[in-house]
Order: sequence, then C-alpha cells, then structure tokens
Amino acid sequence: MTTGTTPLLEARGLVRSYAARRGPWGRATEVRAVDGVSLAVQPGRTLGLVGESGCGKSTTGRLLLGMEAPDGGVVSFEGQPLPAPGSAAWRAQRARMQMVFQDPLGALDRRLPIGAQVAEPLEIHRIGAAAERSGRVEELLNAVGLRGDHAARYPHELSGGQRQRAVLARALAMAPALLVCDEPISALDVSIQAQVMNLLVELQERFGMGMVFVSHDLRAVRQVSHRVAVMYLGRIVEEGEPDAVLHAPAHPYTQALVSAIPHPGRAGRRLMLQGDPPNPADRPSGCAFHPRCPVARPLCAREAPVLKAGGADGRLVACHVTQGAVPAGAGLPAMRKAA
Amino acid sequence: MNPAAPLVELRDLRVAFDGQAALRGLDLAVAPGEAVGMVGESGCGKSVTWLAALGLLPSCAQVSGSVRLGGQELLGASPAVLDRMRGGRIAMIFQDPASSLNPVHRIGRQVEEALRLHRGLSGAPVRAEAKRLLDQVGIPDAARRLHAYPHELSGGQNQRVMIAIALAGRPELLVADEPTTALDVTIQAQILDLLQSLRRETGMALVLITHDLGVVAETCERVAVMYAGRIVEEAPASSLFAAPSHPYTRGLLAALPPMDGPRRRLASIAGGVPEPWAMPPGCAFAPRCGERVGGCDAAAPVAVSVGEAHRAACIRATVSAMIEERLSA
Amino acid sequence: MLRFLSGRLLRAAMTIAMVVTFAFVVLRMSGDPAQIIMGADAPPEAVEAFRAAWGLDQPIWLQYFHYFGAILSGDLGRSMRDGRDAIVLVAERVPATLALTLPALLIKVGLGVPAGIFAALHRNSLVDRIVMMLAVAGFTVPSFVLGLVLVLVFAVQLGWLPSGGQESWRHAILPVVTLGVGGAAVLARFTRSAMLEVLGQPYIRTASAKGVPWRLVVTGHALPNAAIPTVTIIGFMVGSLIAGAVVVESVFSWPGVGRLLVVAVGNRDLAVVQCILLLVAATMVCANLVVDLLYGLLDPRLRSAPTRAGG
Repeated sequence: MTTGTTPLLEARGLVRSYAARRGPWGRATEVRAVDGVSLAVQPGRTLGLVGESGCGKSTTGRLLLGMEAPDGGVVSFEGQPLPAPGSAAWRAQRARMQMVFQDPLGALDRRLPIGAQVAEPLEIHRIGAAAERSGRVEELLNAVGLRGDHAARYPHELSGGQRQRAVLARALAMAPALLVCDEPISALDVSIQAQVMNLLVELQERFGMGMVFVSHDLRAVRQVSHRVAVMYLGRIVEEGEPDAVLHAPAHPYTQALVSAIPHPGRAGRRLMLQGDPPNPADRPSGCAFHPRCPVARPLCAREAPVLKAGGADGRLVACHVTQGAVPAGAGLPAMRKAA
Repeated sequence: MNPAAPLVELRDLRVAFDGQAALRGLDLAVAPGEAVGMVGESGCGKSVTWLAALGLLPSCAQVSGSVRLGGQELLGASPAVLDRMRGGRIAMIFQDPASSLNPVHRIGRQVEEALRLHRGLSGAPVRAEAKRLLDQVGIPDAARRLHAYPHELSGGQNQRVMIAIALAGRPELLVADEPTTALDVTIQAQILDLLQSLRRETGMALVLITHDLGVVAETCERVAVMYAGRIVEEAPASSLFAAPSHPYTRGLLAALPPMDGPRRRLASIAGGVPEPWAMPPGCAFAPRCGERVGGCDAAAPVAVSVGEAHRAACIRATVSAMIEERLSA
Repeated sequence: MLRFLSGRLLRAAMTIAMVVTFAFVVLRMSGDPAQIIMGADAPPEAVEAFRAAWGLDQPIWLQYFHYFGAILSGDLGRSMRDGRDAIVLVAERVPATLALTLPALLIKVGLGVPAGIFAALHRNSLVDRIVMMLAVAGFTVPSFVLGLVLVLVFAVQLGWLPSGGQESWRHAILPVVTLGVGGAAVLARFTRSAMLEVLGQPYIRTASAKGVPWRLVVTGHALPNAAIPTVTIIGFMVGSLIAGAVVVESVFSWPGVGRLLVVAVGNRDLAVVQCILLLVAATMVCANLVVDLLYGLLDPRLRSAPTRAGG
C-alpha cells in the first residue's frame, strides 16, 4: 500500500443495522450487519473483501457506494463525504462510482437491447451529443470484448459471460473512478470466470479505476486484488497483502478459510471449523468468532479485539491471541456446543 | 477402473429433451466403494446422467442406452423396482438443501420415511435410528432437531439432513449432485469431510458431481470430465491433474486462479459452451480448442487410452495411440 | 399472538363499519323509502306521517348516529313493510339459503379440487385440456345464464325438474348445480396451478429419489403443500355462504336471504338491507380471519422466522 497518496475512497467506523422481527409475534431485534468497518481504496488499485454468509460484505459494498446511508461512521470519496442517498448531488456522483452485481440477468433490463442500456448513463448525465453516443457505445462494447453487433441483442440472447461484460460496459460508460463489484463472477462457469477476471484487471490497468472486489472466493480475490480484507460478522478480522494473507494467515478464521479452499494438488489436511456461520441477529459477546475459534481464551468471550497492525508486512489483525495479549488457548467448547 | 465387478455400469446413455440432445452417448462404470468425480460446466449433462439413471427425469425425456446395477437393468424397469432401488441401493442428494426438503414436514418425519421404506422399521426403533443417523452426520442436539422444520436449520445442517436421509436406506452408491455449491466454503469443507468419513465407515461408493475441480481433487479417486453431453477425459485424480490430456481439461485447470506464484493473466478458454441446437459436427469442443486440426470437425472423437486407466476423447490422443501401436507392432 | 389477533379484529370491525356506512348513505340517497312503500298514489300527509314515524325526516347524520347506537345495543331495526324485527326476518331466510349454498360448496370442493389435481398430474394430456376447457367455460358463463339454460333444458324441454320455488328437494337440484359449477371451475383451475407449482419443486424430486412411490409422493408430499393456497380460496367460498346466492335465488325464485335482499333494496327497506349487509360483511370477515389463522397452521414457515443465517 503506497503511503502518502490520498485514498480514492475511505471509510471510517461504518455501522449499519437493520430491525428484524423474530416471528410474527416476537420482539423486534436489531441486527448489526456492519459493525465498525474502516478501510481505504487507493486510486487504480483493488481492494478485495472476503467473507462468508452473514459477514456483511455486500452491505459494506453498498455503504461504500453511498447506496445506503450508514447508521454510524463516514465514507469519503475523493476527500469529500458522500452526499445523502437520493439527493441531486448523490445522483450526479453516480457518474464517478459504479456497481457490478452478481446476477447479470437481473442487472439488465429484459426489454431493452444491450446497446440502449449501455448508452443510458450517457443520456442520463447528458454526455456528448446523441450522434456521438453510438460511437462511444461501440467503443465500450469493444473494450469489454463484445462486438458492435451485440448492441442490438437482448439480454436473454446473450450468454452469462456476455451479459456480465455488457454490465461492465454500462458501468464504464461514465469512466468512473471507482467500481464496486459484488460477487461478479460467482454465477458464471469456471472458464468464463477466468475471462471476466482477466477483463477486470485489464480494464483497471487501462482506465485506472479503483476497485472493490467483494467475493467469498479467496482464489479469485487473490487474482485481482492488491489488498485483501477478511470480514466476519460485520467486522474486519484481517487485512493485508493477498499473498501474505493467503500463505501466512494470522487470524484463526482466515486460517480456517484458507485451509478450506479445495485445490487440486494440495495434499495436507484441513483446519476444520466447527459449527455454522453465525447469525448476525445472535451476535456472540466479545470477539464474534470465539465460539468457533480453536485457540480461544476466556478473554475472547469478554472483550472484542481491535483491528491493529501486527507484523512487519503491513498486516492488520483483530485477534487477542495473535496480538499477543493472551497465549493461544484450546478453544471454548462450552461456547461451541451452544453455537 | 475395475471392469471385473462394477457396481453400476452406464453404457451409451443418451438423453434428449424435445429432440435436443442433452447426453450424447456416455460410458461409465463405478466400482464398489469407489469415489468418482464428474466435472463439467453448465449444460454438460453431468446431472442429467444420474437423473436419467435413477429414472427421475420427466416422462417427456427420451432416454436410451443401458444402466446396469449389479446386473439388473434399470432403464425401463418397473416403478416398483425403481422405488426399491432409489434410496435402497442408490441414493441421491441435490444442490440446494433448503428447497430439497419438504417445508411442511418435520426433519424427523422425513428421515423416518426413508427408514420405513427401506429398512422396514416402525415404531420406537424408527425414532431411535433417525436420531442415530442425525448424530452420525454431525447434527448437534439431534433429539431436538428431529422435531424441527427445514427452515429452522441452516443450509449446512439441511445438507447433513439430506445425507442422513440418503444413508437411511444403507445404499451402495451415493450420488451427490453439487452438494456444496450453495454453501459457504468452510461449511463445504465440513460436508466434504463428512462424506469422506461416511465412505470409510460404510464402504459405499460415491459419485460427486461438481463444477469445482478443486473439490474433486481432494475427494475423488477417479475423475470424469464432461463437455456438451460426453465424457472427454477420464483418469485417476492424480493423473488428471498431473498430466491432463484433453485440451478442455487443460483449459479448465489453467483457468483456475493459482494460489501462489506471480499474478498473471489467466489462460481462459475462448468462447462459450455451444447450445444444444447448435452443436458443432464432430468434436463439440473444436470451435474453442487451441489445438484444433481439420479432422476435428469430421467426427466426434472416440475415447482412447492415454495412460494407466486414463482415457481421453481427442483426435490427438487417437493419433498418438495409433502411432504407439504401429511402433510396438 | 394477542397483538396479532387484536389487530385483525380491529381491522375486521372497521371493515364491517365501512360496509354498513356505505349502504346507509347510498340507500338513503337513491330514493325515498316512504314514497315507495306507501305507493305512488298515497296522500302526502300519510307519506309525511310515515316519514316522521320512521325518523326519515331527521338529518342524515342524526339518523346514522341513532342507527349506530342501536346496533351497539343489539337492535338492528325493523322492516318498514311489516314492522317485524329485521334480524328475525333475515334469520328466517338463512336456512333456505344454506340449503342451497352448503350442498353447492360440497360440489365446488368435491368436484373442483379432484379435477384440478387430476389435470395437474396428467399435464398437457387430452384429459387435462378437456378439464381446463370445461373449467374456463364454467367460470366465464354468468350464473344467471347458466341457471336459465338449465331451466330451459331440464324444466321446460325435458320437464324432469321444476323451474322454481321451494316445495320439495327436487326444487333444489337446479339451483345447487348452478351455484356449484361456477365455483368448481374456479377451484379446478386454481388447484391445478397450485399442484403444478408444487410438483416442480426440488423436494418432490428428493421424495422420488428416496424411493417413495409416486402415489405417496402426490398425497403425502405434494398435496399438503398445494393445500396451502387452495385452502384460502375455499375459505373465501365459505365466507360467501350467505351472500353468494343472490342471483341464483332470484332466477329460481328461491326464498332465501339473497331474494330478501333484492326485494328489500327495491323497497328501500333500509333496516333489512343494512341487517343483511352487516351479516354478510361479518361472515366474510370471519372467514378471512379463519383463513389467516389456518395459513399459519398449515405452513410452518409462517409460524417462526428463520433463526439461522444461510451457509
């Protein structure tokens, strides 16, 4: 991470909760989807957000874009705090930041041809004369690997990979400074995933956008990111260089996550994590991971660790054991049984 | 491959829907206790194969060929024979555990149904055995879970319940159709681990259908790679990853983002899977293949041996095999 | 649970109040009851006297106020034609209406649901298409047309059955059939879609893969799930047991509540009309409430929110 440059996007202490009800006649409870997340995206670099169900990565992605207002904390884009969602200033800022979703078919309007959808941002923000727009659309389609004649096709006439490319072309229409991709390749076939990953890297090199890549797939995140943050139950538990996090994970959760990745040619045995991913509505006390942690100590059940620098490689970890506050324990089986 | 006494043998299995071929001639044998992986992308027919073998396709599907279970022909068998076989000798679990369980029946009832059908149990022993099965698949607090509904359990737990139901009939073969695709990666590891230990305990064979090469690498002894309705390569797992022969297999492996080494552009396979109505003449992979030659479009290549228990359906393999034959003759 | 019920009851009471208010206002605006009941050639003083006796000369909001007060103390007014209590008049007719609507309900459910299930199980076959064609015919043909056609064929041409009145059980056949056919058609169509949707679900495939014989898959796995939406429709049909026969009763001169309603509206017999409407609204609202509760009973997913995240 280069110091001294102003981050393109910076988030500090983000909090987002939802009200939920347990059953038609239950009490209202507050579900904290994001609980104190701070991160930064440098211009022209990619930040990967990794985690499993319920970790809050998708919500974080939306908060970073300003699609939802956080209940706490602030997001700054190019040094300025984000305007409130829905306001005119916010709408104008859409030209600078864009999102790519998991389901390309759902992200495209079924009734409009691709060309019209790619041209739409240009029309909305009134870029260029009407005559120039079709030229720009063709340029964009070519940049993502589609041909000019694809502009007349409807989404259902394209394959999954082609649709995702069309979504990318539309996102790039305004030459945004930031692209947030929420599981952009999960719904695609393996060979198409590789194509789209290559495309994202190439587009970033070409257009210099900053990118946030949200995914549950550590391998894909390693491939496209310059920095990785691992999330668990609304908090960042580890952050660092992709290779460092992948090859020498410091946080017990990251260790389990890395060891769970199935990979051809990998012999060794795994760190098996017990229990299920946690329910944000049933947040454990102290460190959210302690019921499943193989090295947890009583301190972990009482006090939530803070994300701090640990180690010389610019790593940030939130773990009492890793930070040296307590020696490694043997886990808290009583907690695990209840989980 | 043990041709001496296969548990299940599929020969020239073909499936078509409304005239569109989904499976275009598949040959596969599963030995008792063996773990076979079937890998491929969407539309390759890996799920259809086993749905056809178990007679679970809708009646409008046209199925031909032969599926023999220990000598008995399953295709066209009577419903009574099929009902006994399903769950009793071959069990199948599916991809989305949350919607694969009946939402209005309790878990216990769904497990007990399988027990009643295949083990002839009833009354108190049934309940006890259902609890024992839930324990065996690692569901905590099994006694209470028997009374729960599927929507009260997580995806991972529901998949364990599915496995328990599958085990109830003491099957000789378990077909797992993308069992972990809808689950988180740490839960996936748990489920795969569970399948391995169950195999060791019960000695049952496993067919694991997935699109994830990493998953088969860790779980399966033998792997069949499918493309557009055919098996294009079949080999022991170690040989497949060490020395893949078919260009599609090589392409798939190269498309996996590496875990180490410098970050470089992934070698992706150009183009996409052909639609069933626009199948190329000859080899279905030819339009995307980097090693294509003229003969590829003439006819679909037949699988030939390229190594120890290793077969590939590629014209280059055929040619090398012929050359070797000439040389050794 | 208590909060749920009390909320529903409050809304139910409001619905009934709105229906009654609407009827109250419309009836009084659409004609002069005094004039109609007394007849066109009655002397104006008599009409005035009539009005005063029934309080029709008071301002409308005062009349409303009195009426509401009366309802809350159990008095639903009296018929302006013969002075008898409205509620007694209506109660006398209810058995006659039920004598039609209850057997009709049996036909609707007993014919419609099995037809729908059968059509779903044999989708796209000849039988399915015939059943669906009949169903469409059944619910597009208006009940009075069907009734009149039946009368024409069976009473006039063939002379097998009587055309009107309530003298014997044979008189009930044609009206019951008329009522039942339309509802059976609706149920058939609805049950078919519900079954088709359920049969396409993954858990049906799981059941087959377990080795459950097809017959048991349908009865044990598919039907309980398809019953959920179907029961709601049947619930509404139960709700219309009292009100649903207005047209048919008129066509067949059957002396039930529906017929009474038509006559009372014609006469602007305010109390009677309002009483019937109150009864109908109350029945419908009760049926709705029962359906809601039943939904919760049949579908365990509605009883508690999921307590586990995905994964």
